[in-house]
Amino acid sequence: MEFLVALMCGVMVAAAVYLMLARNVLRFLFGLILISNAANLLIFASGGLTPESPPLIEYGMDAPPEGVANALPQALVLTAIVIGFGLFAFALVLVYRAYQTMGTLDSDEMRLAEPEDRA
Amino acid sequence: MTSLIVRAATRLLVGLLLLFSIWMLLRGHNEPGGGFIGGLIGATGFILYAVAHGSKAAREALRLDPRSIAVGGLGLALLAGVAGFLPGDGLFAGQWLFIGATETDKGTPLSTILLFDLGVYLVVLGSVLALVFALEEEV
Amino acid sequence: MSDLLLPLPILIAFATAILAFFFRSGPEGRWISVAGSVAMLIAAAMLLSQVLTDGIQVAQMGTWAAPFGITLVADTLSAVMVVITGITGLAVAVYATADISPEMEESGYHALFQVLIAGVSGAFLTGDLFNLYVWFEVMLIASFGLLVLGGRRVQMDAGIKYVTLNLISTIMFLSGIGLLYGVTGTLNMADLHQKVQAADPGLVTVIATLFLVGFGIKSAVFPLFFWLPAAYHTPAFSVSAVFAGLLTKVGVYAMMRMFTLVFTQDIGWTHGLMLWVAVATMITGVLGAAAQTDFRRILSFHIVSQIGYMVLGLALLTPLALMGAVFYLVHHIIVKANLFLVSGVANRIAGSTEIDHIGGLYRGAPLLAFLFLVPAFSLAGFPPLSGFWAKYVLVKASLDLELWLVAAAALAVGLMTIYSMTKIWGRAFWKPHPGGTVPSLGSLSASERFFLLSPIAGLAILTVVIGLFPEPFVQVATRAAEELLDPSAYVTAVLGAPVTEVAE
Repeated sequence: MEFLVALMCGVMVAAAVYLMLARNVLRFLFGLILISNAANLLIFASGGLTPESPPLIEYGMDAPPEGVANALPQALVLTAIVIGFGLFAFALVLVYRAYQTMGTLDSDEMRLAEPEDRA
Repeated sequence: MTSLIVRAATRLLVGLLLLFSIWMLLRGHNEPGGGFIGGLIGATGFILYAVAHGSKAAREALRLDPRSIAVGGLGLALLAGVAGFLPGDGLFAGQWLFIGATETDKGTPLSTILLFDLGVYLVVLGSVLALVFALEEEV
Repeated sequence: MSDLLLPLPILIAFATAILAFFFRSGPEGRWISVAGSVAMLIAAAMLLSQVLTDGIQVAQMGTWAAPFGITLVADTLSAVMVVITGITGLAVAVYATADISPEMEESGYHALFQVLIAGVSGAFLTGDLFNLYVWFEVMLIASFGLLVLGGRRVQMDAGIKYVTLNLISTIMFLSGIGLLYGVTGTLNMADLHQKVQAADPGLVTVIATLFLVGFGIKSAVFPLFFWLPAAYHTPAFSVSAVFAGLLTKVGVYAMMRMFTLVFTQDIGWTHGLMLWVAVATMITGVLGAAAQTDFRRILSFHIVSQIGYMVLGLALLTPLALMGAVFYLVHHIIVKANLFLVSGVANRIAGSTEIDHIGGLYRGAPLLAFLFLVPAFSLAGFPPLSGFWAKYVLVKASLDLELWLVAAAALAVGLMTIYSMTKIWGRAFWKPHPGGTVPSLGSLSASERFFLLSPIAGLAILTVVIGLFPEPFVQVATRAAEELLDPSAYVTAVLGAPVTEVAE
C-alpha cells in the first residue's frame, strides 16, 4: 500500500514538473497545485498507513486502543491543505489580474519589472 | 448565467446550504465537521447566490464586507485563545462551561473551543468570499 | 510568566492588525499600527531581558506538553531577532504614516503589515517544525498582499514571480517536513535533535538537502535568488523596506536553526555545500548590483550578496563565525531597511528611483545625503560602523580556518559594495539633476519630513551606536552562537521543562 502511494507521489511530481516547465503561467500554477498535493500525500504516507480504525478515544479512556491510525500526519495534511487552498486561491486571483493588466500569460513576455537591457 | 432554473433552485438551496453549514460547524467538536468545512459550505451558499444574481446582489445579501468578516473571525479566534489563559492555564487551553449540568447529564456544554471554531468559520467564509468576489467582479 | 511573555509579541501584532483593519478608512489606522508596534517592541525587549537573565524560555500552547503540543521557545538568537523585528516594524510603521496613500490604507495596508510582523515573530519563536511552516505561510500570504497592494502593472509582474517561486520553496519545505516525520516520528525541533541521531544518516542528509533548497529559495542564495531582484523594487517603499529587512532573514534564521540543531550529521556535505553557495551568492549578488541603475534594484542585489555573508558564517560553524553571522544578521536588517527608506525619500523629492534620471540630492538635501552615507558606508564595511565589525569577524573566522580564497572573496565583495554605493552617491546625490531642478526636503510638509526622516535617523543612530560600542552586542551574539553550537541547553529547556507538569 505504501509502495503504491509512493509511486503515485512520484507520478504526480513528474506530471507537475512537466506542467511547470510550460511558459504559460496558468499551466505553471496547475503544476504547482499538483506538486503541492503530491507533498500532502507524501506527509500522509510517511506517517505510515494503517487501515484499522480512526484515532478516537473511547469515553472514559486515557489513550486510544492499539492499532489506530496515526492522527498527527492527518492533522498536518489537513493544515497544509487549508493553507495551500488559501495560497492557491490567492495565486489564481493574482494570475487572473496579471492577465488583465498585462494582456499575456506568457512568462517570457512578462518583463515589466525587469526590462531588457537598454544598452 | 442567470437561467430560470438556477435562480429558482438558488432560492431553495441558499437557505439550506447556510443551515447545513451551521450544523456542520456545531457537530464539528466530536464528529467530522468543524469551522473550516462549515465556512466553506456557507461560502458556497453565497457563491451560488452570486452566480444566480450577480456578485453585487450577493454583497448586499451579505451586508458586511467579506474582509471585515474574515478579520472579525480572526479576532474571535484570538479572543478564544486568550480566554484559555485567564483562569491560569496556558494560552489556547480549552475552557468549558456546562449549562444546566446535573449528576447524570452534562447539560449544554459551551467552550472556548467552539468560539475558536466560530472564528475559523468566519475567517474561511470571509476570505473565500473576498477572493471569489474579486474574481467575479473584474470580468 | 514566560507562558504569557513568549506569545505576547505575536498576539500584540495580531491584535493590532485586527484593530487597524477596522479603522482602515481613517487616519486612526496608522496610529493604531504605530502604537501596536511600540507595544510589540516593548514586549520583545522584555522577552530579551528575561532570556538574558534567566536563560532559554519555553511555553507550551494549550497546555499540551512537548513534544506533542505546539512549543514556543526563545533562546538568545530568537529573542534578539524578535527585538530587531520590533525595531524594524516600528521604524517602518512610523515611516508608513507619511508614505502610504489613503487608498492603500483603505485596502488594508496596516493590517497586512502587522500580520507580516506577527508571522515573522512567530517564525522566530516557534520550537516546532510544522509550526514554523505555518508561520512561514502567515508571513507569505501577508507579503503577497503587500507586494501587489496598489495594483500597478509592474507589481503584478513582480507578484507572479515572487508568489510562484515562494510557493515552490514552501512545497520543498513541506516535503522535507513530511519525510523527516517519516524518518523520526516527531516534529518538535528539540526532540528532532535527539531522534535524528538514531536515523539513517544517508536519508537524513537527503532530507537536509531538501531543506537547504527550500530555505535557500526563501533566503535568496545563489542560484535560487532571482525572484528577489525581480520583485523587491516594485511595491511601496515602506513595504520594500520591511521585505528587505526581514523576509529573507527569516530564511537565514530557519537555516541557522535547522543546521545547528538538527542537521549536523554530515557537516562535510551540508555545510561544505553551504560554504560554496555562500561564496557564489556574495559574488553574483554584488556583480548583479554593479550592472543596475535603479536605486532599489541595486539595493536588492546587495541583499543577495549580504545573505552570502550570513550563510558563510553558518557554513564555517565555528563559534567565531556563528557569532559573526548573528551579528551580521542584526546589522544587516537595520542597515538594509534604512537604505530602502532613504530611497523612498529620494524618490519623493527627486521624482524617480532611476539614478540616471535624478541628481542634485546632495546640494538640495544635505541632511538626506548624510543619512544615506551612514548606512551605505556601514553596508560596505567602513569602520567604525556596524558593518565593519560584522565583516571583520567573518573574514577573521575564515582566515582562522585557513580558507584564504573565501576570505579574499569576502573582502573583494566588500570592495565591490563600495563601488555600488559610490555609484548611487555619485549619480543620485552628487551630479546635478538632469531636469535642472534642485530637489529639496522643503517640498515635503513639516509633518511628512518628520515622519519620513525620524525613522531613518533612528536606524542610522543605531548603526553608529553598534559600530562605536560593539562590546555588548558582540557579547549577546557570542552567547547566541554558543547556544547554537551546543544545543543541549535548548533541548533540556524544551523537553525537561518543569512547566509541562502543571495542573490536571
